[in-house]
This record gives sequence, C-alpha cells and structure tokens, in this order.
Amino acid sequence: MTTGRTDVTVPPPPTRRIELTVNGVTRTVETDVRSTLLDLLRESLALTGTKKGCDHGLCGACTVEVDHERVLSCLTLAVSIDGAAVGTVEGFADGEHLDPLQQAFVDHDGFQCGYCTPGQLCSARAMLREHARGDLSAASFDPADRDVVDGPQHLSENEIRERMAGNICRCGAYANIVAAISAVHGAS
Amino acid sequence: MRTFDHRRAGTVDDAIGLASVPGARYFAGGTNLLDLMKSGVENPTVLVDVNRLGLDAVVRTAAGGIAIGSGVTNSAVANHPLVRTDYPVLSQAILSGATTQIRNMATVGGNLMQRTRCPYFMDPRFERCNKRYPGSGCAARDGFNREHAVFGTGGPCVAVHPSDMAVALAALDAVVHIKGPHGPRAATISQFFSPPAADPDRDNGMAAADFITSVELPAAADTVHGWYLKVRDRRSYAFALVSVAAVLRFDSDGVVASAAVALGGVADRPWRVPAAEAVLTGRRPTPQLFRSAADTALADAAPLSHNGFKLPLARNAVMRALVLATGR
Repeated sequence: MTTGRTDVTVPPPPTRRIELTVNGVTRTVETDVRSTLLDLLRESLALTGTKKGCDHGLCGACTVEVDHERVLSCLTLAVSIDGAAVGTVEGFADGEHLDPLQQAFVDHDGFQCGYCTPGQLCSARAMLREHARGDLSAASFDPADRDVVDGPQHLSENEIRERMAGNICRCGAYANIVAAISAVHGAS
Repeated sequence: MRTFDHRRAGTVDDAIGLASVPGARYFAGGTNLLDLMKSGVENPTVLVDVNRLGLDAVVRTAAGGIAIGSGVTNSAVANHPLVRTDYPVLSQAILSGATTQIRNMATVGGNLMQRTRCPYFMDPRFERCNKRYPGSGCAARDGFNREHAVFGTGGPCVAVHPSDMAVALAALDAVVHIKGPHGPRAATISQFFSPPAADPDRDNGMAAADFITSVELPAAADTVHGWYLKVRDRRSYAFALVSVAAVLRFDSDGVVASAAVALGGVADRPWRVPAAEAVLTGRRPTPQLFRSAADTALADAAPLSHNGFKLPLARNAVMRALVLATGR
C-alpha cells in the first residue's frame, strides 16, 4: 500500500579530511567542502576565540594567521588550506601569562565590548612583524615620507591606523587600540 | 551555500582540464568568489583550486620588465623589491585597495577577475541586473547610482570595475598572459577588459576555462614619475569613487616625453584617457597644462542621476595626481 509519500535520498554534501596545525597542534578534521576556516575553528575545533562579525570580509573580527600571514577566516575555504599552520588568539597567552600585546590592550583600555579584540590582536601581531621586515602601507607613500624602497623606520599613528584599517571596532576604541599597539611597537 | 565539488589542480593544463565542465570556477584567494557564493550570486558546480600551481613568483623578463605570476598575492606584489623600485605606482595602487588581510589572500589573477561591487549585482533579491540575468534590465540606472559609471553609460550595465591594481596596470601598459583550452594568448589591459558587446554578464574577454598565467610589465624607464590617487568615502578600506594612475616621463629639458593617465571608479574597466595624454606630451608641466589635460580627460563623461559629482571630483583628481606624479 502506498502512502503517497516519495522517499528522496539526498546525497550527503561532499566532505574532505584535512589536516591543520592549529596553534602548534596538528588536528585532522572531516569537513564539509563549503566550510570556512572560521566555522571549522568554532564549530569543529571548539576554538571560539575567533569571532564571526559580518561573515563577508568587511569587519576583520575573524582575523587569524594562515602560514604566518594574517587573513580573514570567514573568506578562507577550509579545504583549500589543507596542511596549513593556523594561528588564533588562543595561541597568544602562555597559561596565565598574557602576550605583551594582550597586556597592552588591558593597560591602554583597548576595547569596550571586546568582540573585535581577538581579530585586533591577531592583526596587530602580524602587522608588527610585517613592519619589522619592511612591508609598506598606502600611508608609506605620503609625500612627506620617502619610505617606499626600505619601508618606514618608525610606525607613526597614521601608519598604524592604515595598517589596522581592516579591523573595525564598533565601540570606537580606536584611540586606545592605537596606543596599545604603539606601546608594544615602541618597546620592541 | 549550494554544495560543490572541490578539485585541486597540480598544473595549469590540469586546471584548464578540470575547469572545462559547465559551472566550474577557478578558486584562488576566494575573497570575492566565496563571498558571492555565500549570497547566491555565484553557484559553481566545481571549484578548481589553483592555489598550488607554483605561479607565485615575480621575475625579471629578458626585455628588462617583470612577469608577475597570476598566483602572487597582492601583498607580495606590492612589497616586491622590483615593484617598489621600478613600478612604485603599482605598489601604491595595490596598497590603496582592501586591507592587509585581504591582500594577503587575493591574487593578481583574481584581482583582474573580481566582479563589480554594484549593490544590485551583489544581492540576488534585486530582480533586474543585466550582469546576473542578461535582458532583465539595470536597477542601478534609475536606482541608487552614486557610485556608478560616468563613462560608457549608454550600455546595458552601468557598474564600475572595482580594482585599483588594474588602473595602475593600465597606465603601465601591462600585458595579460592567458592560457585556454585552445592554447596561450596575450592581451593588453584594454583588450582584456573588452567583453563581447552582446554579453553584459561578461566582464572581460575571458572564455570558459581560460586561465590567467601571468601579468607582464614592460621595462621601466628610470625617468618615470608616477602616482596613484584614490578618492573615497572614508580614508581607508573603501572602493574608489574616483581614482587616477598618472605615469609621466620627462626628457632632459623637463618636457613631458610621454604620459599615461588611467581613471578608476568611472567605468566598467580601467579608463585610459589618450586625448588627455596627447595634451600633456611634448609640453612643460604647468598648472594650466594639467587643467587642460584634466578637462580633456572628462570631456566624454555622461553621468547618471546621482553621480554628477564625479565629474569635478575626477577632474580635480587628475590635476592633483599629475602634480604629485611630477614631484615624485
């Protein structure tokens, strides 16, 4: 006897087994091909320090490092970076001992609600490394600064703001974020 | 997001083979394509992952120029020693676009292939978009078109091309090297951004499975002065309302020996202005000359209902870019 119902078998979405080394620990994960690195970190690896703000590459809250360069995890397809090293905010502190950037954000009150902070930290750490190796920003071309070949020696507030432009803080804590980063830059 | 198959290509020929099925898309940085897949504008059946093809070097060519592999990230191009010393206007243009996070992901090939950020294209809930559904109309033409084109506005689409890099490449006479199912070919930036007129859904002349392998720049003269000026609604991390790449070469008497001026944010492609370049060539740089060149550059503009402001903005930007290029 028919029930009038048609059973439709929907094939499961394609998955892939990928390997990522997250904060120094190698993890193997079975993931939907559609999964972003952001969703994989939060949903599969329970690393919820990385935040989903806009999910469209507009806010920077999801900033992490892939192979030691800062990227947007919301626009990173997890299967595409199989084998990569990933660095998240969970890798900053050594137990109870905060990373100097984290301590500077506390000392300079570099946040209000804190939602953008993990992205700000990941971005700032990479940014200081980029500056140290001589990378440029659009601000390096200002007519007063002829730093295009070697990169600027010192990170002015203008340089820090341009280099951190990809991290939006809806609370508007920018002045203190710049102060925190500037303090760590000055101490290095 | 609709599901898809993910295939990693090992070689360029492998990639072209994998992409020769309906609905396939090349996937490199993903910063634009993955976003469009999330919103349903793009629904590829197969993503052909081209991230590990080894096209990630900038090398000196026999002609004294450089060849930039299509897989080089925008950050790597902008910070490359050969680009910083020989083509600083290209570094400046690239660093004016997006953010470091995005530039670390985005590739040169993907930058050229990125789609317009016209809001009526980006959101499939708008029914009229000739780029998404040819023949459906253009919601921007009688809609909110403040950010749209002022040149070539007579056609089926009034969106602008969003790339900063491509504007500098246009001024530097770059050549795009392409490989397709029928072999390799080369295209100037102008040729590259000339889609078949009957196909408003196409942004360029790339056919299915065509793949950009490299972008080549001719040798830079040591007398070149360049500047990329970008004008936008906020100081950083925004697309251009208007941008100008100006590249000037002076002879030993201080006369303009050659001039290349390209505008961004004003058309569906980087907009070279040869008539303005002709005004500049053979003359001494003066404010009056730059004003005359800027007036000439905007002579053919036909703004839409909300973007008439782009004409004086672009005119002033051309003059300022010429002043800054001269001083550089």
